[in-house]
Amino acid sequence: MTVPQDLRYSKEHEWVRLDGDTVTIGITQFAQEQLGDVVFVELPEKGATVRQFASLGVVESVKAASDIYSPVSGEVVERNVKVIEKPELVNSAPYGDGWLLRVKLADKGELQKLLSADDYRAHIGDTPGSGGD
Amino acid sequence: MTGNEQLLRTPLYERHLAAGAKMVPFAGYEMPIQYTGIVSEHRAVRTQAGLFDLSHMGEFYFAGPHAGAALDRLVSSDIAGLAVGEARYGLLCNERGTIVDDVIVYRLAPEHFMMVVNAANIAKDAAHVRARSGPDAQLADGSLQTALIAIQGPRAVAILARSAPGVRALPGFGVMAAEVAGARVTIARTGYTGEDGFELFMPNADAGSVWDALLRDGQADGLVPIGLGARDTLRLESRFSLYGNEIDETTDPIEAGLGWTCKLDKDFVGRDAIAKAKEAGPARRIAGLVVVGGVARHGHEVVDKGAPVGRVTSGTFGPTVEKNIALAYVPTALSKVGTALAVRIRDRDVPATVVKTPFYRRET
Repeated sequence: MTVPQDLRYSKEHEWVRLDGDTVTIGITQFAQEQLGDVVFVELPEKGATVRQFASLGVVESVKAASDIYSPVSGEVVERNVKVIEKPELVNSAPYGDGWLLRVKLADKGELQKLLSADDYRAHIGDTPGSGGD
Repeated sequence: MTGNEQLLRTPLYERHLAAGAKMVPFAGYEMPIQYTGIVSEHRAVRTQAGLFDLSHMGEFYFAGPHAGAALDRLVSSDIAGLAVGEARYGLLCNERGTIVDDVIVYRLAPEHFMMVVNAANIAKDAAHVRARSGPDAQLADGSLQTALIAIQGPRAVAILARSAPGVRALPGFGVMAAEVAGARVTIARTGYTGEDGFELFMPNADAGSVWDALLRDGQADGLVPIGLGARDTLRLESRFSLYGNEIDETTDPIEAGLGWTCKLDKDFVGRDAIAKAKEAGPARRIAGLVVVGGVARHGHEVVDKGAPVGRVTSGTFGPTVEKNIALAYVPTALSKVGTALAVRIRDRDVPATVVKTPFYRRET
């Protein structure tokens, strides 16, 4: 299971990549595999406020809709237009072109409430050290 | 399904696990929902061929000189007129003229019939039939002993003909006996995908060898196993009703668009109520919707100018039509092709247009 070492994770299977005072948010490889083919992504507009662990949007697979929860609080500075047009990017590149939002952090301390890559691997029952397949 | 009940397994359960299927509880069985992914499996059936384990479905057998006449009184369509080697789709209705199940009846021999029913309805249907059929048509429930494998898609006939050449000449809804992988099977040219294809019935003990032989014979033609997820998207694009969604005991055949299955010039359970419903004209009808900007799902409200007017019965992304499609009950006046409506998805009214169904029709 791919769980990049340089990201932080929520228990609800979102990842964040820190870049200065903003973060990029997406869903993990494990999450996209569980969802199956993603066909629709609903995201908040630029300028919207998101709250840590509150609903951020929805990812729909062929079968069902799943809530995405924001791993941090802050203001949406960009949403990934490409993923709205081509939702399958969530499946093909969950840590790359399939990212969802960029958020300006309201409180950097919130990142401490997220999991490290090792903790996330344990959370999804992946054997430690087996990452990067 | 509470998850605490003991789930049944089909004779192909181990093969699904070995093939990497994701298993889910469905109608009391542990069934494969997908192997590689719903979209790729869906496309394989539309362009090549797919193999389905449908052993959860129910099979009732009826025998005797009066079985045909008894079934004719139970099923909405013309069962008395079935020739040996023919099958017909029809409905089990109650006296109120609403739908107990949709079924296919097969005439296997002059005095032998098989009725295939939905897995979730096996016990209910058996009770319904037994309560109304008397000594002339004794129902034998073979559901637990009978396996059902479907092979569907444009390549299905070529693949199956390698072991059963007679299938080439089998007409749509035709039934024949044949040998596949050394096993005696009953083959019908029926399906639930909108593609050409076949359904094969056999004793549980033979299911594994038939499954393996078909997968081997079909490998070069792109035959792959298909889960229940793609089965649902395939049937929805083809506008086939699903019991529990489009039809149930609160819907009548006329509003469901299944009036064509009701032979009103014969006597059958529910006939009078259905004739009355037809004469009055349905207040609501099933309409096909294309939804732009969201995915409609079972249970969502259909909205006209801000007011709820109906409900979505099934909705998904259609992998072949590449649109978000849905079926919904809407007032008859709003069921015309081109009508602009909306579907309320998470408190937002997402635009939807009534379109012609089926959403997909194969080229013949």
